[in-house]
Amino acid sequence: MQDTLTSALEASRLSKTFLAGGRRITALENVSFRVRRGVVTGLIGPDAAGKSTLMRLAAGLLIPDSGSIRVAGLDATRQSLEVQSSIGYMPQRFGLYEDLSVQENLDLYADLQNVAIEARPSRFGELLGMAGLAPFVHRLAGKLSGGMKQKLGLACALVRQPSLLLLDEPTVGVDPVSRRELWGIVYRLVKEMGTSVLLSTAYLDEAERCDEVILLHDGHLLDQGSPESLREPMKGRVFAVKAADVSRRTLQASLSREPGVIDALIHGDHVRVVMEGQSPPASRPGMEISPLLPRFEDSFVTLLKGPAAPVHAVTAQGRPVSATAGPVIELENLQRRFGDFLAVKNVSFSVSQGEVFGLLGANGAGKSTTFRMLCGLLSPSAGKLRVAGVDLRHAASKARAKIGYMSQKFSLYGNLSALENLRFFGAAYGLSGKQGSNRIAWALEEFSLSEIRDAVSGDLSLGYKQRLALACALMHEPDILFLDEPTSGVDPLARREFWRRINELAVQGVTVMVTTHFMEEAEYCDRLAIMAAGEILTLGTPSEIKASAKSENPTMEDAFVELIQAKESA
Amino acid sequence: MWKRILALTIKEFLALLKDRKGRLVLVVPPLIQLLVFGYAATFELKQVPYAVYSEDRGNVSRDLLAAFRGSSSFNLVAQLQNEIRIAPLIESKQVLMVLRVGPNFSADLLSGRTSRIQIIVDGRNSNTAMLVVNYAGTIVKQFNGTWAASQGSGMPVHIETRAWFNPNLESRWFFVPGIVGLLTLLVTMLVTALSVAREREQGTFDQLLVTPMSPVEILIGKALPGFLIGILEATLVTLAAVFWFKVPFLGSIATLYVGIFLFLLSAVGVGLMISSIAVTQQQGLLGAFFFMVPAIILSGFATPIRNMPAIVQDLTLVNPMRYFLVVLRGTFLQGMPFHLLIPELWPLAVIGIASLAIAGWLFRNRMY
Amino acid sequence: MNIRLTGLIRKEFLQIVRDPSSIAIAFLMPLVLLLLFGYGVSLDSEHIPLGLVVEAPGADTSSFTAEFHESRYFKTFAYTNTRNAVQAMMAGKINAVIVLRQDFARQLRQPDGAPVQLILNGVDENTARIISGYVDGSFQNWLEHDAAMRGMQSEIPVRIEQRIWFNSELRSRNFLVPGLIAVIMTLIGALLTALVMAREWERGTMEALLVTPVSMSEVILGKLIPYFLLGMGGLALSVAMALWLFEVPLRGSLWVLFAASALFLITALGMGLLISSVAKSQFVAGQVAIIGTFLPAFILSGFIFDINSMPKIVQVITHVIAARYYVAILQTLFLAGDEWQVILPNAAALVLLATIFLGLTWRNTRKRLE
Repeated sequence: MQDTLTSALEASRLSKTFLAGGRRITALENVSFRVRRGVVTGLIGPDAAGKSTLMRLAAGLLIPDSGSIRVAGLDATRQSLEVQSSIGYMPQRFGLYEDLSVQENLDLYADLQNVAIEARPSRFGELLGMAGLAPFVHRLAGKLSGGMKQKLGLACALVRQPSLLLLDEPTVGVDPVSRRELWGIVYRLVKEMGTSVLLSTAYLDEAERCDEVILLHDGHLLDQGSPESLREPMKGRVFAVKAADVSRRTLQASLSREPGVIDALIHGDHVRVVMEGQSPPASRPGMEISPLLPRFEDSFVTLLKGPAAPVHAVTAQGRPVSATAGPVIELENLQRRFGDFLAVKNVSFSVSQGEVFGLLGANGAGKSTTFRMLCGLLSPSAGKLRVAGVDLRHAASKARAKIGYMSQKFSLYGNLSALENLRFFGAAYGLSGKQGSNRIAWALEEFSLSEIRDAVSGDLSLGYKQRLALACALMHEPDILFLDEPTSGVDPLARREFWRRINELAVQGVTVMVTTHFMEEAEYCDRLAIMAAGEILTLGTPSEIKASAKSENPTMEDAFVELIQAKESA
Repeated sequence: MWKRILALTIKEFLALLKDRKGRLVLVVPPLIQLLVFGYAATFELKQVPYAVYSEDRGNVSRDLLAAFRGSSSFNLVAQLQNEIRIAPLIESKQVLMVLRVGPNFSADLLSGRTSRIQIIVDGRNSNTAMLVVNYAGTIVKQFNGTWAASQGSGMPVHIETRAWFNPNLESRWFFVPGIVGLLTLLVTMLVTALSVAREREQGTFDQLLVTPMSPVEILIGKALPGFLIGILEATLVTLAAVFWFKVPFLGSIATLYVGIFLFLLSAVGVGLMISSIAVTQQQGLLGAFFFMVPAIILSGFATPIRNMPAIVQDLTLVNPMRYFLVVLRGTFLQGMPFHLLIPELWPLAVIGIASLAIAGWLFRNRMY
Repeated sequence: MNIRLTGLIRKEFLQIVRDPSSIAIAFLMPLVLLLLFGYGVSLDSEHIPLGLVVEAPGADTSSFTAEFHESRYFKTFAYTNTRNAVQAMMAGKINAVIVLRQDFARQLRQPDGAPVQLILNGVDENTARIISGYVDGSFQNWLEHDAAMRGMQSEIPVRIEQRIWFNSELRSRNFLVPGLIAVIMTLIGALLTALVMAREWERGTMEALLVTPVSMSEVILGKLIPYFLLGMGGLALSVAMALWLFEVPLRGSLWVLFAASALFLITALGMGLLISSVAKSQFVAGQVAIIGTFLPAFILSGFIFDINSMPKIVQVITHVIAARYYVAILQTLFLAGDEWQVILPNAAALVLLATIFLGLTWRNTRKRLE
């Protein structure tokens, strides 16, 4: 009994399945764990790992198939009303009424949580101060930025001081600056009020910020412990490799095929290698190897991947791209106006052939608008724009046949099968007859899609969807590839495989333009531009950008946050 | 170019037919509407409940009352013995009509004077009331004819009534050809008005725009499925009308299909207009609803255009449904030849081409 | 009332005020539909184009045709031969043809009588029947005039005197407008609630509501009360338009009208809630609401088409359609008065249906996401 009381939450042998499209899908299988009181516990795993299901079970919104879940000693299934009056819960989309103001949202949740009228003014003042929303109490929630919405959602979950706070992916789609602020609030709560927090996230780097971590994958509990303890076995197995004579992409490709290598990733100017044992990768002349501190992601990937599996070589494209002189993408003083609002202000840069160019920025920084103008989906208000020598918006279909496009939503026709999608996009790009069937065969083979060729693409897992979307974008062997947040939500292994392909394409001379939220991915780019409020704050190689930051040994995220804060205070 | 359009058309069909919800939308609402309108929409009256209050004891009045009892249009529910019960019966809707025969009925008739009977009709539904009066009038007219003949006097004039095209004046013959138009419009609008919005919501529209397809190609690719499904729907409902509801089809099939084709120009055009403006499927649905309700009400589908105020009548001139209904009823019931339908066909063509042109313009300007 | 419920109701009102689409459904829709139907739909046929073919004009024929020239129901067009007239009828220029043959004068007052042919365009059977009735009326008038002119007694053996109660001028607007109010209230009640509930599911706010200590009955009441008041607002607008714009008489009392409408509105809201407990996306909920409630309210409620004349099986189906009972109450209240014999049984049926719908909603809605 004493033991139960010390856990904020306790799950034992919890299983849950759902019926979807006639099939039973297992969301959680036989999961048992405990969440300690007064600490921040991270529930970490890629999309579809079962994180949201677990959160909803804890909040009494779902009934488990078997097993039980107890919150502060109360059964979340049978005593759901009691549980619900003792917890705070923020669902994935924050649960805000967008047509109500900040104050009205708070009032509503205070009413629903039975907060005494007298206690409200001081509580609201406290919450608004904490969230930095005091100046915006009369603004409609729908008009707030993503970061502010997230903080308001948190404030609403906190109107009545809960003993356990459940946050379901609170940092999704929010820029690094807001993410940092949210973590600040969460830690203050834990420190000052002794609140217990269970927070789910797909960002592996956030695990480092938790006191304790629960790893979920495919409905199974992989591991539980402090981030340090999970990192422990990785000590001495991570190395930075540099080579003077070959490009980092070639180096990464060759390293990843070496025996004993679990993971090889481009990180700025070096390749980060995770080994099976304590020994560094085999050295060659001109190679420079130095040990690195392990990160949480290293242990996660190792746990998922197990012993190093052989990596098969990628043949991304049937033909190498013919070399062109001069920049492939060129922007000059590009502007875009929506009414009075200047979404993109005087943006200029150029990208040369075979380069991987990243576009980073918070939501609303103007990167999507810039991206859409480049693809010809939006016309610029002013300035010049050239992709492969033409403005795509007015270009003949021939010019558009040179580009490939893939967006974050993996825009496939959800009720068509994988094969039908490939066929349609092939035909849309004018592939037919032998050529068309060759490319379809290539896509099925290369992306290992054969087994799911007749499956309805809407039902595929995110990893498959992403592969299929990339295959569709590559059907016509484009010279230029536009990728709009291409890896959001997919697990780290799928993300690695995806980038391996992109690197291969770049080596063959395909120019790649990519936007991303993952600071980690910024490291894979040759050059990147960081945007805020419609302007480019900085542009350069990842190393250059990190070097410009003032803090010591900065990560890409440190550099990003520093730049944005400097911009805001200016 | 045609290869790309063909690919898009095939994709549209697959996307529409592979989706369970999409199939339901194409099948269930039309079927329900066909049955509901085919069976329930009728202006004919059958078995009108009525009561008799007769103060006359003569044989002649019994003959007249027997004529009412023998009619399938009427159903006697009460014989009243006094006047007070008349009002409650009608007010409580137990009967639609009370037939009242005065004490002198037989005497007047036998002495050659005009006898009067009174019918009291519930006027809450004025159309029903008018039909009740007409039905009663018909029975009395027949009675008069027989009576006069038996007295050897005869009426100075007798009217032979003949209804052409629909000799038994069956409501179903009027409504069912109209349903062909109604359902063709409904299905075509649903297919076209939501097609772009659906792609916008799913994010596939951007994907489509970055391919080498031009806006015109996309427009044609989106219009063709609407067209083909519209023709299919019209064919199916026509077959149901002829073989299930047994409505005669006297005209030429070719003329009917010219009408269907021209009507679909407008239906697809308006659908694509809505499609190019609507950002969400919800908006598309609302747009389709707000076009369809007036288009049907102001088409002569259920009530004659002639009864509308002059300004509303002018408004119906731009309603493609108005012309299509004339073509449908003309070919089904009247067997109208092509040349007589030209006055209906050319406005259909004009409206169709105009709406497609506007849709094309909107597509160019609103697509991105 | 407890603090949670008032909080939910206040929230709903703020949303209604800020979201123009709710206001549009509650107020704009009644306005548009009433105008459209009030002016666009009419079964009152006057000035019906009627073709007259007189093959041998004379004094006798003109006394006969005069009756039609003078009738307000007809607008006459003269044709010289039957073929032309029938052609015109075929092309839709006239709705019926009356033919007086060559031998009209000769046969007049012969034992068999002079044959007069009435050819109706039967395509629009309702109009055809109405014309036939009007022609009979004019014919009987002629018989009396003719007899009076010749100083004789009328030759009609039996003549009908008609008394139309409640709507003596037979204005179709008088029954269409009250019926339409039932259709509109169905739309407001069922469509609006189905959509706003689905919206909460779609936007993820329902999930946030459910984890608070609110009970499901508070969530349901929190939706019922605001939309009930909004619906009554829409009703007030519709009734005002009916009385002052379309000049429909209101013979019953206003409070009975509002009480019956309140009852029906609760039933309609119950249908909306029931739909939304099954369909959780606005798209599906909207379609189900239109097909499941709007269309039946239109066709199967007795609003335009007489229920007794429908096939038996369809008549059975109409019993579960709430609008049927409300249409009966409305048409009686407007045109006849407070006829309790009509109102009470229909109101009882509405109470029963409301209980069933709300009960099913209750059963289907759990404080869970499944």
